[in-house]
Amino acid sequence: MAIPFKGTKEQEAKLMEVIAAHKDEKGATIPVLHEAQEIYGYLPIEVQTMIAEGLDVPLAEIYGIVTFYTQFSLNPKGQYPIGVCLGTACYVKGSGDILEKIKEILGIDVGECTDDGKFSLDATRCIGACGLAPVMTIGEHVYGRLTVDEVEDILKKY
Amino acid sequence: MSENVNIKINGAAMSVPADYTILEAAREAGIDIPTLCYLKDVSKTGSCRMCIVEVKGARALQAACVYPVSEGLEVMTNTPKVREQRKLTLELLLSNHDRKCLSCIRSKSCELQDLADELGVEGISFEGEMTEHDIDNVSPSIVRDNKKCILCRRCVNMCKDVQTVAVIDTMERGFKTRVSTAFEKPLSDTACVNCGQCIVSCPTGALYEKDNTKEVWDAIADPEKYVIVQTAPAVRAGLGEEFGYPMGTPVTGKMAAALRRLGFDKTFDTDTGADLTIMEEANELIERVQNGGKLPMITSCSPGWVKFCEHYFTDFLDNLSSCKSPHQMFGAVMKSYYAEKNGIDPKNMFVVSVMPCVAKKFESGRPEMEADKLRDVDAVISTRELARMIKQAGIMFDKLPDEEFDVPFERASGAGVIFGATGGVMEAALRTAADTLGGKSVEDIDYTEVRGIEGIKEATVNMGGMDVKVAVANGLGNARKLLESIRDGKADYHFVEIMACPGGCVNGGGQPIVPSRDKMDVDVRVQRAKALYSEDVNSKIRKSHENPDMEILYSEYFEKPGSHKAHELLHTTYIKRNKY
Ligand code: SF4
Ligand code: SF4
Ligand code: SF4
Ligand code: FES
Ligand code: FES
Repeated sequence: MAIPFKGTKEQEAKLMEVIAAHKDEKGATIPVLHEAQEIYGYLPIEVQTMIAEGLDVPLAEIYGIVTFYTQFSLNPKGQYPIGVCLGTACYVKGSGDILEKIKEILGIDVGECTDDGKFSLDATRCIGACGLAPVMTIGEHVYGRLTVDEVEDILKKY
Repeated sequence: MSENVNIKINGAAMSVPADYTILEAAREAGIDIPTLCYLKDVSKTGSCRMCIVEVKGARALQAACVYPVSEGLEVMTNTPKVREQRKLTLELLLSNHDRKCLSCIRSKSCELQDLADELGVEGISFEGEMTEHDIDNVSPSIVRDNKKCILCRRCVNMCKDVQTVAVIDTMERGFKTRVSTAFEKPLSDTACVNCGQCIVSCPTGALYEKDNTKEVWDAIADPEKYVIVQTAPAVRAGLGEEFGYPMGTPVTGKMAAALRRLGFDKTFDTDTGADLTIMEEANELIERVQNGGKLPMITSCSPGWVKFCEHYFTDFLDNLSSCKSPHQMFGAVMKSYYAEKNGIDPKNMFVVSVMPCVAKKFESGRPEMEADKLRDVDAVISTRELARMIKQAGIMFDKLPDEEFDVPFERASGAGVIFGATGGVMEAALRTAADTLGGKSVEDIDYTEVRGIEGIKEATVNMGGMDVKVAVANGLGNARKLLESIRDGKADYHFVEIMACPGGCVNGGGQPIVPSRDKMDVDVRVQRAKALYSEDVNSKIRKSHENPDMEILYSEYFEKPGSHKAHELLHTTYIKRNKY
């Protein structure tokens, strides 16, 4: 939440185009939110306010939609997005504890981003690496057969 | 005119209009179906499933509040299956409810509690996980406690569809679903106008007024303080309901008696403030008309409407009358004229306003509402809070004698009384303006065109040879429509009255809460307004400018309407506020 909004003029111009294209269209909110998330990567208050003003839809309604659908995110992705697999195989092997450990170390919840913008945290479904369970990804990198004790050292490398 | 269809409810045949729902048809036949999420004219989400009934030929039980009647329809409202299912639904709801009725503000006026009683809930068999919520009590007017919320959405639909303010909505989904504001801000950081219509729509203790009774009790108990109370017109039209009187019974005399017994030093009537408002407002209108000022002039006595204008219609800020609302004017008169005249140090004065409104709490705290560093009004309590104080004090309301307000200021006009109903301020102003512009006393003073609960009313009144065009809107959705038509140049008026609450102050957010099922049978707005119009007809004085206290106030203190002193004490300014 504490990450300042860094939207650019170009992004704003793009969003305004999207809004103009959908204005007066019934049910425009969800498509516009999708495109806005494409542009900005997430949907902070600044972006939602522009959409509310642009489409003349109450901000509370927009926020209701954004929080209803899991594909919308209120927080930016970190420089290193972390994904902890909570698929069955990983979960059985203790990925839940790994997730808790990461939350504790970084002081953020699932769906959030650290204040310095470095890490963001997501819980994912099976990523098809069950043989390596429990599995975590940081960016493109996959860490398998993890133990809770290894987590801290891995994060330190970033 | 819609056609009728023949249906059977619980085996009895009946003919009902084709556009009815099962709920409406049953109600007319004297059959009560429990409801929770349904609120007439406001909310019809069909989500709570309390109103389920058996429909012949349908597999599942159906929600009566949304199910339309049709020819040959057969409905059973009271079978074992229906009763079982309703009870189960309610028990599920209660399993995630903070069931602390003993300390809940809505105990005894709670629809959830009533249903638990009616449906015979004995124990809650599932002890679910409880959702955690914080209480939002930052606003000076409204408190939100989601632990008591059953997600019926009545408040959301009121705020969004009726008032078109739309600052609350449902967020997230599943177990995390909650009613909240965008980005979970406190209500006071949004464009909420404090109308309190969400409160009077809520079936439970999830929404209520910020309680200010403690400050009032403390002031009364403080021997240093000279505590003055004033009551708005609509309070007398609603207060009786809290003590078992039928809706629409005016209880002015008993209310004055109760206030005296609570220990206030003086018990006055805000209607005097209303008369003063009319003196100033009529003068302002005439000045604007004669000097080419900004028209239409729009009334400013509804603080919910004023804040709405400040957020959403900033291009109309110059149209707002600069007059303070009646209770603010009256408070200012207390701390200046009245204090001087009676040798009271205004710093020791404590002015309490009893209002049908929770937006008045916000209004009295506005930085503009003071003169010489003295707040016009020190505390605002709602009709509901006054009823609580009377009960706490052990006063048996129905046993009280009828008493008068204190002298002076006991002679308010009938024009001041009708301020509490939509169209009342307009009518009061017309009575005075007609006499002023015509130069003689007009006999026919019942302006019935501006009475009644229609959302937008219009009239053209000839005064002293001039056609004055007026309009009245009640409820902010209607205000929005009216203002948009003025903005688009589709309508032009000289004078417009706007009240934030549907029906005006009689149906304000601080008035006694009427159960949703009663609202299907009676129109609160009509019943309570009747109490005011009957008091007006019976008044000896029915025009503000004929109230002898006006003569005294102007000759001894204010000189004339719109004078320098009047501007200092009785007028105010507005600001632009953001929408988000
Ligand atoms: S909201 Fe109703 S049921 Fe819930 S605690 Fe309050 S009185 Fe009891
Ligand atoms: S007080 Fe009025 S504006 Fe504020 S949330 Fe309630 S209904 Fe909406
Ligand atoms: S706050 Fe009250 S009216 Fe609003 S959804 Fe909850 S229970 Fe219903
Ligand atoms: S369950 Fe984790 S990778 Fe398949
Ligand atoms: S579903 Fe009918 S009252 Fe809620």
